[in-house]
Amino acid sequence: MNVAAVRPAAVALEGIAKKFGQFVALRGITLSISPGEFVCFLGPSGCGKTTLLRIIAGLERQNAGVVMMGGRDVSALPPSQRNYGIVFQSYALFPNLTVARNVGYGLETRSVAKAQIEGRIDELLTLVGLAAHKQKYPAQLSGGEQQRIALARALAPAPALLLLDEPLSALDARVRQSLRHEIRALQRRLGVTTIMVTHDQEEALAVADRLVVMNHGVVEQEGARVEVYMRPRSPFVARFVGQMNFLEATAGERAGWARLGSVEMRHGATEPIAAGTRLTLAIRPEEITVGAAVGAENRLVTRIRAIQFLGSFTRLSLALPDGAPALECDVAATAFLGLGAAEGSELALSLRPEALRVFPAAG
Amino acid sequence: MLRAAASDDLPSAIPDRTVRHRLAGEDLIRYGLVAVFAFVLFLFVLYPLLHVIWRSLLDAAGGFVGLANYRRYFGTPAIAASIWNSLSVSLLSMVITVALAFGYAYGLTRTLMPCRGLFRTVAMLPLFAPSLVQALAFIYVFGNNGIFTRATGYNVGIYGAKGIVVAEVFYCFPHALLILVAALSATDARLYDAARTLGASPLKTFLTVTLPGVKFGLVSACFVVFTLVITDFGAPKAIGGKFSVMATEIYNQVSGQQNFTMGATVSVVLLIPAVLAFLVDRMVQRRQYALVTSSSRPLVPARRPLADWAGFGYCAFIAAGIAGLYLAIAVYSLVVRWPYNFTPTLRHYTFDTVGGYVPLWNSVYVAGLTAVVGTVLTFVGAYVVEKCRTGWSGVLYLLAVLPVSIPGMVLGLAYIFTFNKAGSVLNVLYGTLAILIISNVIHYFTVGFLTATTALRQMDAEFENVSASLGVPFYRTFWRVTVPMALPPIVGISMYFFLNAMVTLSAVVFLVAPGTELAAVAVLLMDDAGDTAQAAAMSVCIIAIGLAVRLAYWALMRGVSRRTQAWREPRESTTLAPEPRP
Repeated sequence: MNVAAVRPAAVALEGIAKKFGQFVALRGITLSISPGEFVCFLGPSGCGKTTLLRIIAGLERQNAGVVMMGGRDVSALPPSQRNYGIVFQSYALFPNLTVARNVGYGLETRSVAKAQIEGRIDELLTLVGLAAHKQKYPAQLSGGEQQRIALARALAPAPALLLLDEPLSALDARVRQSLRHEIRALQRRLGVTTIMVTHDQEEALAVADRLVVMNHGVVEQEGARVEVYMRPRSPFVARFVGQMNFLEATAGERAGWARLGSVEMRHGATEPIAAGTRLTLAIRPEEITVGAAVGAENRLVTRIRAIQFLGSFTRLSLALPDGAPALECDVAATAFLGLGAAEGSELALSLRPEALRVFPAAG
Repeated sequence: MLRAAASDDLPSAIPDRTVRHRLAGEDLIRYGLVAVFAFVLFLFVLYPLLHVIWRSLLDAAGGFVGLANYRRYFGTPAIAASIWNSLSVSLLSMVITVALAFGYAYGLTRTLMPCRGLFRTVAMLPLFAPSLVQALAFIYVFGNNGIFTRATGYNVGIYGAKGIVVAEVFYCFPHALLILVAALSATDARLYDAARTLGASPLKTFLTVTLPGVKFGLVSACFVVFTLVITDFGAPKAIGGKFSVMATEIYNQVSGQQNFTMGATVSVVLLIPAVLAFLVDRMVQRRQYALVTSSSRPLVPARRPLADWAGFGYCAFIAAGIAGLYLAIAVYSLVVRWPYNFTPTLRHYTFDTVGGYVPLWNSVYVAGLTAVVGTVLTFVGAYVVEKCRTGWSGVLYLLAVLPVSIPGMVLGLAYIFTFNKAGSVLNVLYGTLAILIISNVIHYFTVGFLTATTALRQMDAEFENVSASLGVPFYRTFWRVTVPMALPPIVGISMYFFLNAMVTLSAVVFLVAPGTELAAVAVLLMDDAGDTAQAAAMSVCIIAIGLAVRLAYWALMRGVSRRTQAWREPRESTTLAPEPRP
């Protein structure tokens, strides 16, 4: 811990602000990324995540704020002097150059011996598992292979920082899944500090050590992925990262209790809330308990409105007795068979108090 | 992104200026290129143009007279008539050309008539000849001593408006055809399937699917033809007789009467319709996008014997007309005395009155250098405007597309004013081949520039960012990636410059000097002097060189596409258009 504190942050942002005309894209972002860390900028389109990445890269110039890399202020440096590698969604491979020449592109202008360049190209192509395609042109490769070449090209000059701008968005679902594991494994092996921009929360959760959830040009929440998933700080984060049910409620007389229609519920909030305050309770679909494990506490009887069979699990759409919005509940496929439930049948469930998060009422 | 800036966080709290990056060595090169491009456009486009406008406000002695010249122009019926003559001839030629070309293009693209390749090739012939050659051919056939007049004893009275219109129709035909073929090819077969399943009649399908689909092409073709005709000098000069149009009026005022101020005045007036046509066309074209999407299915014409043979008859008639004209020129140049003595001879190919083959070699030299200089300047210029984003990009783009609306005569006159000034440094260019090359480059600048711009915009915008992140300077990526990728359009641009420099007359007619005569000007001079057979012979030489270069281009392109096949996506299409279009 002490060692990490002494080493300067790989990337440190202080008060980064950016506007395009009158549109404010970033409102004073301050952020620190440790060496070797894999961080995801996550958010809906237009939240400013790509702009932030491009400011780090020097491809966009901020209106205010400082960009530090490894303790060095790079705010005024052009991209070529910042020492990073970047991979774009479009791959941006040079179509008229072979795979080998693409990977070696950043090495050839440096005064490196030719044999050494060729050695480095082979090393990287082996690393991404494409050594056999060395003499092919990008157009002869599949999308996933092209993206791996782009990755190899970005890593070839051994940059201190790897920037990934929605690198998987142009690929189909299956390739995307396998490639994100590869990227993660590669990053672990090389230990290169990595920032990835994505709008896909599943992807972010799968690869990143730490998430930076952004919305409307501000950081809504940053933290370890489990932390962000389990303890979202705002309804936006709760909704954007994973699935979440929201229930309108009012704070009860007793601390830690809320009234949901005619039912009293115990929830996870510890700080006292004035009785009668309108609240929003939130629980993830997979945290709802059904079947034999249903206890007496926080018990609800619902009616199954619709059943979506999604392979490994089944998503139930449940109607609450007092006509509140439907509740989504995920049940493992095998457990669902054990319930013996059908559309229209009643289903008892309980909401674990520790899983019931509390937010101020919306609007 | 549409969300309004939140009121709690005023954008004014954030400084308007962005953080500046320290200048790297390559930035100096970048800004240097911007400065050079800006300087070239200023010196050879804006400055000469301002010269013409300024000169039109002066009297012959150089005193400022305000709009007096314009009052005199509009007040002198003999000169003012040229405005209405120009407009009426241009509009009439436009309507006829576009109507004829539409039928021809329809036959080429929407029927399965035989000989489509041949028809397409023959229709392109006028691109290889100066505009006055069409006029000469009509004179050889229908003139006072024309073969038709001789044979039938009936004189159609070709000299004047009638002759100008028919000559312009033939001259502009391939230009309109190229646009309309492109428009008719870019269609979605699914629309026709839908119309058929809904029970629409062929006429209704034509009116509700075909015509709306090509309306932008039609508008574009109209403006291109209108501009070509109103700015053309060669055809009206050769066949117009006493019928004066604005382009010939400029020539008469300047060359005939040495009245430079009136020449400038007519020039400024001629700029107006040309600039207007250009602006309206740009506005219309801007709305054209996304008619054909990536999911469109190309229309494959079905066999319809009646339509196929009707199309064949129509196209054969027009193709025969075009081929006939060029045949007339060729025969005219190869016989002792058309139409009296048809003994074959090569004696008209001596060009004794214009100093032998000097003008032809001058033309080839000028056209070759125009191709090289023009291609480099338009491509690097387009790169500078597209990729080196500076505050100047917008202004540079405007200056780069401006030349297309400057009529050749106006450009030529502007260069006289700018470069024929005793005591000025610029005077060194006057009377050289260099000024001919420069005027050609500028005259045809816009199409090359827009072609290059389109090619650059189709490339991934991140190429430059990737190389910057890898520490590779932009000029290295330009040379290793951008240029190789854009090779087909680059070769196309050079082709366009070469062919046009071979046939142009309007800008250079004011700028040729003893020793720098050009072939197209020689045709004009020999025709004026009555050496019509030698004029025809020179025309044949110009056409032959153009065709030879076109053939070489075709072979080169095949080589280029074979070499680059490995890395090109298979959907790369090859068009038969010999020139890039904006």
